[in-house]
Amino acid sequence: MKASPLGDVAVQFALLSLVAFGGANAVVPEMHRLTVTLRHWTSDAEFANLFAIAQAAPGPNVMIATLIGWKAAGLAGAVVATVAMCAPSCLLTYFAAKAWERWRETRWRAALGAGLAPVTVGLVVSSAWLLAHAADRGWKLVGVTAATAVVAYATKLNPLWCLAAAAGLGLAGLLG
Amino acid sequence: MQLRDFSQSDSPGVASLFLAFLSVGLSGFGGVLPFARRMLVERRAWLTEAQFTETLALCQTLPGPNIVNVSVVVGSRFAGATGALAAVTGLLAAPVAIVLVLATLYGRYGAVGRAPAMIAGLGAAACGLVAATAAKMAAPIVRKRPVTAAPFIALAFVGVGLMRWPLIWVLLALAPLSVAAAWGRKA
Repeated sequence: MKASPLGDVAVQFALLSLVAFGGANAVVPEMHRLTVTLRHWTSDAEFANLFAIAQAAPGPNVMIATLIGWKAAGLAGAVVATVAMCAPSCLLTYFAAKAWERWRETRWRAALGAGLAPVTVGLVVSSAWLLAHAADRGWKLVGVTAATAVVAYATKLNPLWCLAAAAGLGLAGLLG
Repeated sequence: MQLRDFSQSDSPGVASLFLAFLSVGLSGFGGVLPFARRMLVERRAWLTEAQFTETLALCQTLPGPNIVNVSVVVGSRFAGATGALAAVTGLLAAPVAIVLVLATLYGRYGAVGRAPAMIAGLGAAACGLVAATAAKMAAPIVRKRPVTAAPFIALAFVGVGLMRWPLIWVLLALAPLSVAAAWGRKA
């Protein structure tokens, strides 16, 4: 029997927390590398399923970390992954907010914000790309992805409706 | 519109911070920032629009989920470290509980009947939502800075999306160059 991976979960998600510029959606590829390629906590397809469940729950995008922790080490893993994913960046934010007065007008603060933005966007594009390839998909599922992307980009419709419609189509047996 | 102006006479206490962010955590799907803005600026008037924008700018420069960072800043400004803890806990408690209930159902019934097809549909839509987010984030950057910023979108995608290189190496290689290319402009 292997030792509980709780400590590993804590360390890995704490590290992810500190490189999660652009939030959880930007580190989906790195979470996938950790979860599927390095640690074998889930299969490729199951990773996509967990991401889907995280999106179907209310709240911040960070819930994907909760679910990976859950797969790796049960309920304790879920709590540890969530706390580890948030604590380091929260501490950083707590202290940075105090120093913000001195920083906000500086040239390097402006350059840091403007410089990180395009890299972050490239990471979110990577996340979408990875999720699209994480499971074998027929043309119907590709169509659902494309339709959702267009609706979410072009309208202000609550994303919950897109998720509900897609789940409904699947439940009705129309996506097989 | 400085952050230190937050503490006013009618500052919210720890309990109302917890409850306010609890409602934010429960209200949004696929990102809760718009709901946080509505709660903080419109409904409770804890922050002015300018203060919210300023807070968001700070939180987007730092790593970590933006909304979690926003809750830390708002909580700590009104009620110190305890306030920050109350706001973060409020934000995350309910969503974590709900997602774990969903995960348990998935573990038990995920392979039954048409559940796999339902989850596949959900996953396809979730992927579409991320793609739309990426497009929304990319559009203004490509429009305003097609030469100094847009190439870094492509490079980050090639490194992490196509080559599947470890994120840290891609960040260490691209971030300094991208920040240098942005030097001298206003964020």
